[in-house]
Amino acid sequence: MNSVILIAGARLQAVLLLVFSGYMLLRGHNAPGGGFIGGLIAATGFVVYAIACGTQDARKALRFDPGSIAGAGLGIALLAGVMAALWGDALFTGQWLFIGATEDSKGIPLSTVLIFDIGVYLVVLGAILSIAFSLEEAV
Amino acid sequence: MTPAGLIPVAIAGGLFIWFAQMIPVIGSGNTLRYVWEWVPSLGVNVSIYIDGLSLTFALLITGIGALVMLYSARYLAGHVHQARFSLYLTSFMLAMIGLVLSDNMLALFVFWELTTITSYLLIGFSHDTAKARRSALQALLMTGIGGLALLAGIILIGTTAGTFEMSEINAMPGVLTGSVMYLPIVLLVLAGAFTKSAQMPFHFWLPNAMAAPTPVSAYLHSATMVKAGVYLMARTHPSLAGTDFWLWTLTIAGAITMVFASVMALRQTDLKLALAYTTLMALGALTLLLGNESGYTITAAATFLIVHSLYKAALFLVVGILDAQTGTRDANSLFGLARAMPITATAAAIAAFSMAGFPPFLGFIGKELKYAGAIAVASEPIFVAGAVLISSALMVAIAGIVSFRPFWSRSGKPIAGVKEAPWPMLVGPVVLAILGAFFGIFPETLAITLVNPTVAAIIGGAEPAKELKLWAGVNLPLFLSIATFVLGFSIYYYKQKLRTILIDLTTRGPSFDNGWDKLMAGVAAGSKALTRTIQTGVLYHYMLVTFATALAVLAATLWFRSTGIPAMGFPQVALWDWLVFLLVLMGAALTLVTNSRITAIAGLGVVGIGMAMIFILYSAPDVAITQLLVETLVVVLFAAAALKLPHLTAEPLRKRWVDAVVAVGLGVVTTVILLKVTAGPIDRELTTFFETASWPQAFGQNIVNVILVDFRALDTFGEIAVVLIAAISIFALLKSKPEEEKQ
Amino acid sequence: MEQVLSVLIGILVASAVYLMLARNLLRFLFGLILLSNAANLTIFVAGRLTPGAPPLVPDGLDAPVGAVANALPQALVLTAIVIGFGLFAFALILAFRAYQSLGTLNTDEMRVAEPEEIK
Repeated sequence: MNSVILIAGARLQAVLLLVFSGYMLLRGHNAPGGGFIGGLIAATGFVVYAIACGTQDARKALRFDPGSIAGAGLGIALLAGVMAALWGDALFTGQWLFIGATEDSKGIPLSTVLIFDIGVYLVVLGAILSIAFSLEEAV
Repeated sequence: MTPAGLIPVAIAGGLFIWFAQMIPVIGSGNTLRYVWEWVPSLGVNVSIYIDGLSLTFALLITGIGALVMLYSARYLAGHVHQARFSLYLTSFMLAMIGLVLSDNMLALFVFWELTTITSYLLIGFSHDTAKARRSALQALLMTGIGGLALLAGIILIGTTAGTFEMSEINAMPGVLTGSVMYLPIVLLVLAGAFTKSAQMPFHFWLPNAMAAPTPVSAYLHSATMVKAGVYLMARTHPSLAGTDFWLWTLTIAGAITMVFASVMALRQTDLKLALAYTTLMALGALTLLLGNESGYTITAAATFLIVHSLYKAALFLVVGILDAQTGTRDANSLFGLARAMPITATAAAIAAFSMAGFPPFLGFIGKELKYAGAIAVASEPIFVAGAVLISSALMVAIAGIVSFRPFWSRSGKPIAGVKEAPWPMLVGPVVLAILGAFFGIFPETLAITLVNPTVAAIIGGAEPAKELKLWAGVNLPLFLSIATFVLGFSIYYYKQKLRTILIDLTTRGPSFDNGWDKLMAGVAAGSKALTRTIQTGVLYHYMLVTFATALAVLAATLWFRSTGIPAMGFPQVALWDWLVFLLVLMGAALTLVTNSRITAIAGLGVVGIGMAMIFILYSAPDVAITQLLVETLVVVLFAAAALKLPHLTAEPLRKRWVDAVVAVGLGVVTTVILLKVTAGPIDRELTTFFETASWPQAFGQNIVNVILVDFRALDTFGEIAVVLIAAISIFALLKSKPEEEKQ
Repeated sequence: MEQVLSVLIGILVASAVYLMLARNLLRFLFGLILLSNAANLTIFVAGRLTPGAPPLVPDGLDAPVGAVANALPQALVLTAIVIGFGLFAFALILAFRAYQSLGTLNTDEMRVAEPEEIK
């Protein structure tokens, strides 16, 4: 497919979807969204990009091998779970840190739960792209 | 011989000394018990129980073990796999020790199986010969099947008695004999004991096991492992014996094995095989004796157990020496070697005297006690005494064949250039033979150290052990002994004629070994036929059977357990709901009927969108978004792959009415189940917990996401791992080259 | 609405089973997708349906107000959808590679692992 409009559009929507996926990931704990949804959105962006510009370009745009992304995601998720042990809790117990918390507001919440969700995001993104790219290349 | 070859000797010897220092404690009537909980929820403990019976066995295992290992260090010196052999033999010894020391029946079973496996490895040690492989497999299967029966028996014992600790069970008289499960328990336990101790009709694996190197035959298949069955019968004796069934089963099986084996022993010209059959005979005698509960028979059993292990191990080792030094074990080519190998000849003679039951050797006392025990048996003493007389007489003859003829006979010329065996191979036979003579002259030393505690362990305080005496006065056993010698010498004199007759008889008669081969072939053919029937290799058959079974099970459950379909009026639902319903219906119908790939994929897409709409309508935004995104990806992937696949061909309904019936049936059943489920009450306990805990405990407002990444994070971790595995598998599938698979 | 969806699930299951019993591997895959949709919907419906009240905790409160949709089946279904996608992709590519290697999609002719007995 060599449509210039498609290629330009695909590039634009891939960027938009990537940003949107990050937004969905971060807000996931309090509103619809989360790692699964974020990962799927990002993957959709790259899949469309690959259809428009070919998997070569898509792989280049991704910078990392999708399999490695997925593997790293699983490792991050595991690490987030194991980190609970540092505080003496059972594995996969969420740990929270509220930066700048006041009486009324909880400030900026940082948590192992978020790290875990990032791991989920990366696994979903990496796994789907690995499947889609290798299938595109095989047919 | 290398120093490394002596490590097993040191292990066995050290253990022997450790057990030996317990003799004073156990001999004075104490028992030792140590318990470590292993799987407490299943009642499996590692518990060690040492009484007279287990100590006697432990001493035989380690003592003979040390001698045999010293012997094999020389016997197998320079063999490529000598290290392997030592490993197997040492593993076997440790397993056997575990077997006799375990108080917990399940632990005993584990060790029991370990001895089976090590025995398999040792019989098949010369794995480059087909005979060794077959014999090893035969022994493994026979004793393995028996082991499974034993496991079932042990479980029944455990559930009946409420514990798996044998010392506790034995302390509850009548708990098993009075139970309705008594008969199955006895049958299963005896199935294990009889296969292990090679009682008729499970005996044939033992002569075949002689394919193993001779030290193995001396150790496993004579002195120790085959006695595990005897040990089991002795160990369970307090709680299983005392019934007519026990008495008759053991008496008959033991007597038949004893007589059959001693006759078969005479038939053999291979000295090792002859000894193998005499081992069978001894096992039969022990089984027979253990059927009873009188002091005489149990004393006889305990004594004969020790006697037999001493002389039989010695004789096996002697045959091994003959084999190693002359290159043959054929009774008809070995004559007059006493001059060439005087030490071996002397040890053989002493052991043979014990075997034949001459005074003043321990074998004499053993035989006297057997006669006394036979006369004292609870039933049919004439039958039992007759069986003992025949087999004992044959023992006399065979003792002559095995250890008199090769060394002292002048009927043939001795093989020239034969040398005496090296010392490591002589230590075993000499020590064992001397022990037999020593205990014969001083029987009371054996009685107070081992026999009395063993008898006490088997029949408790019911009846004290009978005294071990060389001269018990002029009595019936003495006359029977004299008759034995007369008969034995006559048999020895006419051995060639008798052997010819026996060979003629046995070659014409049916053979257990051939029967085994036919059975094995039958099992193989049967399983192949069964596999062909249920594993057709056609996906359709598998799917149809799976779905039809699911339908049958669900429908049957509904039919028998049902309280009727809940009343259902025309549902009051909004227009939106009907539209979604129709959308999904159309999508499914499209996929179902079309022969176009694109139409089908579009239909699936419609179904997926409809699903997402349902999720949106009923307050599941996260699910709806996920569904939409996944649906998009499914369509993209499907379109990419499916267009490279061939067109669909029509599969008309009239040829597929069976499929249609199953499909509609499953659909109806699913609907009915769901209607019943949704008509009933719902337990929202978990949901309520998540709703109330989501914010205060996990600082998240989106309950679904909190469940996924916090409350049930470990599950989610498992799920993303599955996703990753799927991706890796797909990657591997696509990267493998199709050309390579084509034939 | 639970009743309507129960009937719909029944129809989806019937269609899925009928497709999975077809000889063509591609139809089998269609069936697989329908079946996993039906399974997800079953879990969802079994948790009861609540319109217009997503399981979210409002700002400043500790728990949702009033009856909100059952969050538990939603969490189950959400992961089931993603796993189902993994399964489907694997099955699709297995079929694709099987076709490349064997040159057929007819499952009756796929006999490499369990060849027909030569009589």
